[in-house]
Amino acid sequence: MSQTVFEPWNDPTAKPLIQFKNVTKRFGDFTAIDNQTFDIYEKEFFALLGPSGCGKTTMMRMLAGFEAPTEGMILLAGQDIAPIPPNKRAVNMMFQSYALFPHLSVWENIAFGLKRDNKSKDEIAARVAEMLKLTRLEKFAKRKPHQISGGQRQRVALARSLAKAPKLLLLDEPLGALDAKLRQDTQFELMDIQETTGTTFVIVTHDQEEAMTVASRVAVMDDGRIVQADTPARIYEMPNSVYVADFIGEVTIIRGTARRGDGAYEITFAEGQPTLFAESDTEFDNGQECHLAIRPEKVSITAQKPDDRRNALEGKILDIAYLGNLSTYHVELSSGQIVKAQTANTTRLSRRSFTWEDRVWLSWTDTAGILLKG
Amino acid sequence: MRRFALIALPYAWLLALFLVPFIIVLKISLSDIDLAIPPYTPTLDFSEGWAGIKAFFRGLDFENFVFLTTDDLYWKAYISSLKIALIATALTLLVGYPIAYGMANAPDHWRPTLMMLVILPFWTSFLIRVYSWMGILSTEGYLNQFLLGLGLISEPLTILNTPTAVYIGIVYTYLPFMILPIYSALERMDGSLLEAAEDLGCSRLKAFWLITVPLSKTGIIAGCFLVFIPTIGEFVIPSLLGGSQTLMIGKVLWEEFFNNRDWPVAGAVAVVLLLILIIPIVLFQRNEQKQRELEG
Repeated sequence: MSQTVFEPWNDPTAKPLIQFKNVTKRFGDFTAIDNQTFDIYEKEFFALLGPSGCGKTTMMRMLAGFEAPTEGMILLAGQDIAPIPPNKRAVNMMFQSYALFPHLSVWENIAFGLKRDNKSKDEIAARVAEMLKLTRLEKFAKRKPHQISGGQRQRVALARSLAKAPKLLLLDEPLGALDAKLRQDTQFELMDIQETTGTTFVIVTHDQEEAMTVASRVAVMDDGRIVQADTPARIYEMPNSVYVADFIGEVTIIRGTARRGDGAYEITFAEGQPTLFAESDTEFDNGQECHLAIRPEKVSITAQKPDDRRNALEGKILDIAYLGNLSTYHVELSSGQIVKAQTANTTRLSRRSFTWEDRVWLSWTDTAGILLKG
Repeated sequence: MRRFALIALPYAWLLALFLVPFIIVLKISLSDIDLAIPPYTPTLDFSEGWAGIKAFFRGLDFENFVFLTTDDLYWKAYISSLKIALIATALTLLVGYPIAYGMANAPDHWRPTLMMLVILPFWTSFLIRVYSWMGILSTEGYLNQFLLGLGLISEPLTILNTPTAVYIGIVYTYLPFMILPIYSALERMDGSLLEAAEDLGCSRLKAFWLITVPLSKTGIIAGCFLVFIPTIGEFVIPSLLGGSQTLMIGKVLWEEFFNNRDWPVAGAVAVVLLLILIIPIVLFQRNEQKQRELEG
């Protein structure tokens, strides 16, 4: 049985909803967005992820119309949006602070955008009722924003921005003000709503877990540039740079020099340490500098040297981070390099096999690590 | 006990500085004019004992209040004061709102300076400031000299001793009371609200009407009362700038008190004025309370 996978970015015939074409944005001397070209497709849930000051919010504000690109063009459904003011764009935004109108009730907040379109009273009432139902806010329609909880306010903001059925919905750190548990529930709610309405969502966040959970594609940004834009799985398993590998999840980066061997590259990284092996699609010259990135959960930790794996390093346990479901061991090699290994705590209250200062062996397969240039 | 002490202090203050003087004025308003020191009768005489107190209360009556209704001067003065106060408040709002709006939207580092400039005139005497307006507005004043010099007018304008001069004086004097509450309401406003309104399809002007104005409403109301309430009883500005044409109750009161030396009628005028002012004062208090509830 063939399953249709939602991957318009791999389909050369698909028409992107939004196209950034060589977009640069400068504030005085500061370059916030540096010559970016990329596409976002219809019905995508696209996440812009990066540390604060990386330009992700500027990117969103340009889409909303609050900032204009200094150079380049942004197309929405093939049309240049530069001359269209924010109040005429088929784009709505959910603000980080929610920006609910404090003097208006929940109902009036949601109806605000519809009233601007001069829709009939019945039409407005029907649409607001629909939005209240979608966000499960029926009971709170008459309340003012200061009379409801943070989670409910977040839903009002979402309902208000969806009410006009925009082609594109922008979400600026939409869950930042919620506590961890509520945030998780809301992430799934957001995904459901995105699927139900079929609206294209662009979310800005600095929370990588959030981006990975909700998004169909994640764009990792640094310093005004998108470093990598890909599905969450590919971003995690196949980062294209040390920056992305390091930014998403936990990782150990081992710097060394590569040499072509049979089937895999041989990596020497420190004196007295065994050679490591890694398969890679990226071409390296003999003696070229390389970075081996290994996720901690792909590293096994044993008391004896394993016979079945070529990559085996001996070290001493420096730190143990107990996370409940997982434990992460920080193991120091004799060269001083620290390698992280993670084990699942599958049995309850089991005696831990290893403790601080224990000498252990770390091992992984040739395909576990990814070889990066920089 | 501690709580009681905390509440007692402001109440004692109110009692000593508001209620007691009010009772004294009320008592005078119920007395009759007399050629004596003080110039009214009866006065409370405890040496006569119980009979003296009874005689004192028998001497009080509402004659003066009845008198106020017999002469049109008084109710005309009240109506004229209300009218002048209403128009002056509206004018102050028209001038003050844009100033407050400009201040609230000025760059952060400018705001303390702008605030300072608004408050600065208070550091000089109120009388001197009103006198200097006489110098500006009189027929030979700076304004006329300036306009004549520019050739905009050929005859000097008569502004001093007209209602226009009174309005100029009131707007000038009470402007800070209008600006400060509006500014504080506008300054608290979250700028993303306007972006949200624009994002949802409002033009800038529409967003101003639908968001900025309603959210500064409590500031507007507070500012209007802060101007309206003292303006009704205003005496200095109409006497110095308004000349004989401008009829205001504060001026009538002053004349009754100092020119006619009729303390009881002056007292009655003052009591009626206070009763008129109670309505806006109660409304003002309600507005403040509503504001606190919204913020709480």
